[in-house]
Amino acid sequence: MSNQNRTMFGGRIDRGQVINFVFNGKNYQGFHGDTLASALLANDVHLVGRSFKYHRARGILTAGSEEPNAIVQLGLGARTEPNMRATEIELYEGLEAASQNCWPSVNYDVGSLNNILSSIFPAGFYYKTFKWPPSLWLFYEHFIRKAAGLGYSPTAKNPDRYEQKFYYCDLTIVGGGISGLLSALAAGRSGCSVLLIDENPELGGYLLDYNFSINEKDGLKWIKNIVDELYSMDNVRILKRTTAMGYYDYNYLTALEKVTNHCDQLSKTTPRERYWRVRSKKIVLAQGAFERPLVFADNDRPGIMMASAGKKYLSRYGVLPGKSVVLFTNNDHAYQTAFEFNDKGAKISIIDTRENIDIRIQNKCEDLGIKLYSSFSIISTKGNKKVNQIEVQKVDRKQNELSGECITLDVDCILMSGGWNPAVQLFSQSRGKLKYDKVLNTFVPDELIQDQIIIGCNNGCFDLSKNLNHSYQEGLNAAKDLNYEVADNINWKGEEEISFTESSVEPYMLGKKKVTKGSKHFIDFQNDVTAADIFLAQREGYISVEHTKRYTTTGMGTDQGKTSNVNALALMSHIHEKPVDEIGHTTFRPPFSPQTFGAIAGRSVDHLFDPERRTSIHKWHEENNAVFEDVGQWKRPYYFPKKNENIHDAVKRECLAVRNSLGMLDASTLGKIDLRGPDTAKFLNMIYTNAWSKLEIGSCRYGLMCNEHGMIFDDGVTTRLGDDHYHMTTTTGGAARVMSWLEEFLQTEWLDMEVFCTSVTEQWTVLSISGPNSRKFLQELTDIDLSKENFPFMKFREGKVCGIDSRVFRISFTGELSFEVNVPSRYGRFVWEQFMHHGKKYNITPYGTETMHVLRAEKGFIIVGQDTDGSVTPMDMNMDWIVSKKKQDFLGKRSFTRSDTLRSDRKKFVGLLVNDKKTVLPEGSHIVEKALKQPPMKMLGHVTSSYFSPILGHPIALAMIKNGMNLLGEKVEIPLMNGKVIEATISDTVFYDKEGNKNNE
Amino acid sequence: MFVIKCPYCGERDQTEFSCHGEAHIARPDNPAEVSDEEWGEYLFFRNNPKGIHFERWTHDHGCRRWFNVMRDTVSDKIIKTYKMGDQKPGVQDV
Amino acid sequence: MKYSFYNLVRNSFSYHENWEKAWSSPELKPEYDVIIVGGGGHGLGTAYYLAKEFGVKNIAVLEKGWIGGGNTGRNTTIIRSNYLWDESAALYNHAVNLWEGLSSELNFNVMFSQRGLFHLAHSVHDMQEITRRGYSNYLNGIDAEILNQEQVAKKIPHMNMHGRYPVLGALLQRRAGTARHDAVAWGYARAAENLGVDIIQNCEVKGIDISNGKVVGLQTTKGSVKVDKVGLVPAGHSSVLADMAGFTLPINSVPLQALVSEPIKPILDCVIMSNSVHVYVSQSDKGELVVGAGSDAYNSYSQRGSFDMIEHMMAPLVELFPIFSRLKMLRSWGGIVDITPDRSPIIGKTPVKDLFINCGWGTGGFKATPGSAHVFAETVAKGEPNDIAAPFSLDRHYSGALVDEAAAAAVAH
Repeated sequence: MSNQNRTMFGGRIDRGQVINFVFNGKNYQGFHGDTLASALLANDVHLVGRSFKYHRARGILTAGSEEPNAIVQLGLGARTEPNMRATEIELYEGLEAASQNCWPSVNYDVGSLNNILSSIFPAGFYYKTFKWPPSLWLFYEHFIRKAAGLGYSPTAKNPDRYEQKFYYCDLTIVGGGISGLLSALAAGRSGCSVLLIDENPELGGYLLDYNFSINEKDGLKWIKNIVDELYSMDNVRILKRTTAMGYYDYNYLTALEKVTNHCDQLSKTTPRERYWRVRSKKIVLAQGAFERPLVFADNDRPGIMMASAGKKYLSRYGVLPGKSVVLFTNNDHAYQTAFEFNDKGAKISIIDTRENIDIRIQNKCEDLGIKLYSSFSIISTKGNKKVNQIEVQKVDRKQNELSGECITLDVDCILMSGGWNPAVQLFSQSRGKLKYDKVLNTFVPDELIQDQIIIGCNNGCFDLSKNLNHSYQEGLNAAKDLNYEVADNINWKGEEEISFTESSVEPYMLGKKKVTKGSKHFIDFQNDVTAADIFLAQREGYISVEHTKRYTTTGMGTDQGKTSNVNALALMSHIHEKPVDEIGHTTFRPPFSPQTFGAIAGRSVDHLFDPERRTSIHKWHEENNAVFEDVGQWKRPYYFPKKNENIHDAVKRECLAVRNSLGMLDASTLGKIDLRGPDTAKFLNMIYTNAWSKLEIGSCRYGLMCNEHGMIFDDGVTTRLGDDHYHMTTTTGGAARVMSWLEEFLQTEWLDMEVFCTSVTEQWTVLSISGPNSRKFLQELTDIDLSKENFPFMKFREGKVCGIDSRVFRISFTGELSFEVNVPSRYGRFVWEQFMHHGKKYNITPYGTETMHVLRAEKGFIIVGQDTDGSVTPMDMNMDWIVSKKKQDFLGKRSFTRSDTLRSDRKKFVGLLVNDKKTVLPEGSHIVEKALKQPPMKMLGHVTSSYFSPILGHPIALAMIKNGMNLLGEKVEIPLMNGKVIEATISDTVFYDKEGNKNNE
Repeated sequence: MFVIKCPYCGERDQTEFSCHGEAHIARPDNPAEVSDEEWGEYLFFRNNPKGIHFERWTHDHGCRRWFNVMRDTVSDKIIKTYKMGDQKPGVQDV
Repeated sequence: MKYSFYNLVRNSFSYHENWEKAWSSPELKPEYDVIIVGGGGHGLGTAYYLAKEFGVKNIAVLEKGWIGGGNTGRNTTIIRSNYLWDESAALYNHAVNLWEGLSSELNFNVMFSQRGLFHLAHSVHDMQEITRRGYSNYLNGIDAEILNQEQVAKKIPHMNMHGRYPVLGALLQRRAGTARHDAVAWGYARAAENLGVDIIQNCEVKGIDISNGKVVGLQTTKGSVKVDKVGLVPAGHSSVLADMAGFTLPINSVPLQALVSEPIKPILDCVIMSNSVHVYVSQSDKGELVVGAGSDAYNSYSQRGSFDMIEHMMAPLVELFPIFSRLKMLRSWGGIVDITPDRSPIIGKTPVKDLFINCGWGTGGFKATPGSAHVFAETVAKGEPNDIAAPFSLDRHYSGALVDEAAAAAVAH
């Protein structure tokens, strides 16, 4: 294997385990423990991607979740994933990845023409052009859209599964670096239940890459001991490869665990990712810090990376990213990286922007023969696909000008360090307030809002010993707060080879070209935002941080500004000559890192997306070829086609069966509420528009419910079963709404009323049998006397049906003689099958909702939600008869007398008969007095229900028409979208059996 | 995502509850006697303060009881929950 | 300097160092003829039309934070006019008509992209609803097409037509689409300032001075100011300002969240809305999928919502588009929306003379921006609402003449 940049020894990779992978179609090898980024660097691949706007060649900038440049398309087919950070992808056998946003290849990219033309594409250029002619915007936009975007979406259904988990604990610690580990140790030893989350495959944080000691012991060994102890504790749970994503109110934390992303063998039982929703009493933030890039001319070339990233590649992965390396820094800490590179055989020079450098460091550089350019800056870089040359020059920082000789250096790698920014994203999400630290030159946590603790570098403290002691102490404090017996405190002493120092933040480094005159000092790498763009935004008045962000798109890439935000703010501060505090910062929003849609959706996909509600007879319907319709969550038989029948044939047959002999409907989905209590009648009087005081035991009554605006919102039949016992039915879709409505008034307005409501929808299966033969048929199966005299219309009886204790209601929604047989649901299918069996001689016909709709429309019965829409009163529906004049009050009554509800020209419920006797009007089509050649036309109303009536042999329709009751017999027109105009005549709403004799037989 | 203390069941996750707007709006005793304006106020007009708000919640996926919540609409902090019919808390409870 | 491709190229030779400010930051003057409170799209647009079409000279727009920072900069940028009721159709279609010329009118590309919007129908009931709305639109002169299952499948190739709630059809408005939200605020601000309007940011109104029932001045964080007429356009804070003027509104302010995915190459070239499965999604020019859904039910001024609302966007999105399951949510955010009982706005007079209000746009204000601004400018200028604005008066809550889009279509966005 080539791996020409791999060191001979060292690193935390398993050199015994070679892994084959493919990048941009070429085969490579890496080791177990590599990331895609480290393996590419080991193979001397530096050009990894192209930037968003200018298609500039880009390499690997960082070694973690903040990576803006090295984002790739990972995997193939249905499992492909765009925009994956190569710095986070753990290498597995057979991995395939490719560069994005380039064509035909990352090496020869046509889009890089944009870079040549970049002078006419500054920030916000699109607001200034493509406006003319307006009709061409879609044309321009087509090309803009094609050029934008990064990777590709999969185009097949995701074959993987995602799971979710709820978790509750005392303490959640975000970050498994030394601070997080020590807090976990303290709290764990004290007995707290602890959840420790870290986004890496290995605990230990950045110190895994640096030389340090703790209490005079080797740091790495020390970390291992702590990790082992934590794993041995039953009260500590550790989640690796898990990123804390969102920090919401009341210490609600979401986290995404990558479960099998790093595996080549996919198990069927293991999800790809697991989404954690954690509620903890306290949250400890120990996320550490991100290193800040330096803003200099052409600072984006492949081969230029963060110093800490270089250190990580070298120490953890045994990869030396370059042989002629320059460290460009403004602080001490990065020198560790330079010394390590020197140690591993790289030729290194150091460009330090500072004038005064610690004499010990200077001496060490001299000892090692490292050339140190103090008070220097990189003023230009060269190299098309990888940096190969730089120019450096002395900077007079006071005068802000370059002086002296311009020195050219041949390099193949630049390591840069501009100081550190605490990772305050989650803290800020939690409503925590930030302040600008003038020593660290960055934003650090200030005011804590939730029950949280913030420790270590995340808290803006970079002193190792301090952090060790503070973290352990805070772990103990948390345990104490939560009333645990606290473990002993320990005094920790940590030593690093070179410790952190304060660093300044430079708005930008002087370059060969002036920063605003065509130089590309990148601030946001992914979105190609340069210092000049920030200048431009300020010049044009976009001076609020939010305006600058939105106008230039800085911080809006997939890294959400982790590397760019502070530099952008520093530049704005420089331009306005105001302290950064006064510039402010943009709001951090969840998630911390991009998180998979599928993981958030979890198992709520496919058949688990929303539960299906099925009646006890559902299986029979399925077995008998029913076509179902969705009514809310319910599955209801729509119609029961026999072979070769279409919907029209089936519905016609079903309708005629009911009208001529016997039909049966599964009406179990109707809402059913059991009402008990001494005040039930009084309560019903308030809920329904009609009067209920005089309803006798064993009698049924139809009722209409209005909301307080006076608009119809549900209807149904309620039956008095006993003294203080009623059975209410509601519409299928309205059941839950009505239940809540009843509870609301009982619990908030009429607390003195004694009424108890219980939903019994699913306890009773309802078989509605309807048709002239229904009495004859049912009498054979029941001990209830069904005779007209003993069981009149709108009455209720109890007795045995097919041997089952049943409730039978003589009510009708078809206009035919009907019985609604309610049996306990466990007997539902049994009774249904008995009915089917015994009803053969009457040609008993199961029918679905469509037939039910036709039959009720023939009778002019309304369906709430179809004929009404929340904007109609009972009077609009000509149902004045059901609105009590005597009752002083009921819900909705007062609203009937408002000026708009009293208006005489309101839409009224009427019938509509097409004059051609054959066209079935579309439900929802609109009615005009006289159609014009083309819209707009003034509308009178609309068709609410429309069917072909088999018994009548012609279509019928119901409609809401302005002033309709005064227009009976008038001709109107219905203009269809296809240009046809249908003539119709307004009629009353009852089309069949106008006298209403049939259901009274 | 709040943790809400149901006066009947104790602390539960917000997803078990739903909110129903301003509390302490009594239905007029005799609606026939109020003017259209007063009726409109009762139906539609609501205090919508930036600060302390009294509101009605139900423990839908729990005891299904209605209760009142005193909450700050800026910090979203719940200050107090109390049963229907209990006296409205005063500023001293803040 | 005029914005054009020519000037863009010309300025590239001077490294774009000569562009002028899009708008400046003038000092608050002691007196104005009209002050608009609220520097979002609706407020800035109102000021623009007042100056341009209604001859008002001395105008200021006061913005508490940065212009466009409220719901103008926080929405999912959907524009459509296919509303059910005649009153809404007139208002929103007035807006779409203005949108169509807006980039030219303002000399600022607001990127109004008429890529078509599909309202999906998932049940027989949904089909009735879209047919009713489609026919109402058709006869109101608003473009509408009712598509069957097959036609939808053809137009949106990656959508799951046979999920838990199968797609049975859709209502298509081709003139609907999206626009670049920030650009609307910026474009109006620049054009208004060119007409002499003072745009004053970081200026919060703390009090409203009323004398004999008439508004006479405002107290602000930048001092007090005299004024003849005031237009309140403070989405998210309408009740707070109404409270200062001594009246109450039929409004609750609740959190509404939205989110975007990482940018990807073009995959979805239209806007999809589903009321039954409950999500809406489009793809921005940058390549991000822009996703929204319902609002929380509790009042809040925190611009944050509950996480379960995000979950309730993701499951429907993945249900409708299983191919998006592996894509990633990049950023989510929240806004404060003012919900009225009928989900229609309130435009017009208030109990205080010469104090006008334009609020209550709920979850759907962005699409109305130019129309809302235009009719409100006329209302402020003439003291009376025009025919389009009249049905949206505050009085409807007493008379009962609601424009109830909520009742008719379950959700109005």
